Amino acid sequence: MAITYTSGEQVEVYRFSIPATILIPLTAVFLQAWLPLRFPFFTIFDLPLLVTIGFATARRSPLAGLLTGSVIGILQDALTHHPIGLYGISKTVVGFGASSLGIKLDVEHAGARFLLTIVFYAVHEVVYFMISRGLVGLRMAWTWPHELLSGVANALLGVLVFMLLDRVKQRT
Amino acid sequence: MDVLGRYRNLIVLVGVLFAQVLGLAVQVRRTTDSEPTRLIRIWAVGAVTPLEKVLVWVQTSTGSVWHNYFYLRGVRAENRNLKQQIERMSLEQVRMSQDADQARRLQALLAFKEQFISRTMAAQVIGSSGSELSRSVYIDKGESDGIKPDMAVITAEGIVGKVLRVYRSTSQVLLIDDQTSGVGAILDKTRLQGILRGTPAGEVVLEKVMSDEAVPAGEMVLTSGGDGIFPKGLLVGRVTKVAPGNELFLNIRVRPAADLSKLEEVLVVTRIDERQAQPDQAGAARAVDILAERLPTVPSKPENAVKADTPGAVAPSNTSSDAKPKAVSPEASAGGAPAARKTASSPSSSSGSASGTSLGTSAGTSSGNAATATGTPAMKVSPKPVKAAETPKPQPAVEDSPH
Repeated sequence: MAITYTSGEQVEVYRFSIPATILIPLTAVFLQAWLPLRFPFFTIFDLPLLVTIGFATARRSPLAGLLTGSVIGILQDALTHHPIGLYGISKTVVGFGASSLGIKLDVEHAGARFLLTIVFYAVHEVVYFMISRGLVGLRMAWTWPHELLSGVANALLGVLVFMLLDRVKQRT
Repeated sequence: MDVLGRYRNLIVLVGVLFAQVLGLAVQVRRTTDSEPTRLIRIWAVGAVTPLEKVLVWVQTSTGSVWHNYFYLRGVRAENRNLKQQIERMSLEQVRMSQDADQARRLQALLAFKEQFISRTMAAQVIGSSGSELSRSVYIDKGESDGIKPDMAVITAEGIVGKVLRVYRSTSQVLLIDDQTSGVGAILDKTRLQGILRGTPAGEVVLEKVMSDEAVPAGEMVLTSGGDGIFPKGLLVGRVTKVAPGNELFLNIRVRPAADLSKLEEVLVVTRIDERQAQPDQAGAARAVDILAERLPTVPSKPENAVKADTPGAVAPSNTSSDAKPKAVSPEASAGGAPAARKTASSPSSSSGSASGTSLGTSAGTSSGNAATATGTPAMKVSPKPVKAAETPKPQPAVEDSPH
């Protein structure tokens, strides 16, 4: 019997196998670290964030969502030179929020996923910005055009990532 | 109990967030430089970098097979151009080596200690931090290869950054465009010093230059050596924009010479040596030899005539024979002084060889005192090559010095 964690809600809940649960976030973090060397523009994307949102909305369990976000965020933090916890906290909030919203909304359609990703990208950036400035004391620059562009770009990529995740998720 | 069950998710969320905030506070409070690397970083790097290494290896191998065996279009024309370039550069080298020798002699007079990169290690860039706000890359060399924190990382184009964390077989390099980096820098022509920092937007700015100074756009920025990481004189980049900044300082934007967004191979400076500048080691002799080789052959003199000439003028050519034996045949060593005298009449090439005769000897006795004792005559000699050529006598300078 495969060990999985699902919400147990009455709405349509999906689960992921153990290999997918481990390998997909790892691959996302790896690609996030490797692709910008070959394609510098790729830094505007946040693949681990998209995977966090994708897992959270499919499982529809706030607990699983926040734990997934927390682990992926901390893994991402470990590759930077900033203190561990900046991405961890941001993605914990996103994981919790996305899974809570996933219970109430239909997030199976591309349009809904696009909007959901934009919203949670903004949440992620705001939380990250606040913690970086308030707790760590990093100099941060908030530029609206850049954030909007990144949000749309991530939402577009998010739609594709969610389609890929659809292929590996299993109905409970 | 019922309340706990009802708000279970929120309680867990608050607990997880609180734990992470606490962890952050602890990390921020501590000075991270002196701490050992956290286990979580070692695990994360250990999980990600092996795959990156494999991918880079595959990419490099495929690329080299393609470029070395299949894609050879235009190589013949490129080869021809490169040969022409080598010819041009060898002529340029003669001129520059003379300038360098002159600079070395003056440095020796001032007891100047120069830093030079004595050992580097080539490394492949295998990954990045993956974040716009953390501008750092990973290289495929680590502790097992002798890499240590705070080593400078450069490319042929310019400086890149410094080693921040070292793992067993990889290292993290903090790039100069990161907001937490700082490099001591100096402007090439105006000689104004400042601190080079990255901005959150990924630009590089030179800080702490007073606003009443005139800094032209396009001026080269070099390392000043003041940070203790980068040796002095390495190219950083060029000034692109100068604007009044906050308080009394200018806001100088710099475009890094090295393309930090497309790094593939870098050099880690594993050893920097510091030595006193040595006058007239091999460079002056080389220049003289090259010039002598280009001059019409000087007929050999009778033996007694050579002996009469030698006392003052042969000294530098002896050092040249040590440094470059193949160029100094018996004829050349005898002809070295006449060659120097001949070239001294032309202002372009004489200063290096002629002034080397007198300054080199005086500094050789004791650099610190020689600078004070023989400084005045030396400085008079060097800008006027004709005088220097007329007075090929290092002995008075040695006698003047108190030691």
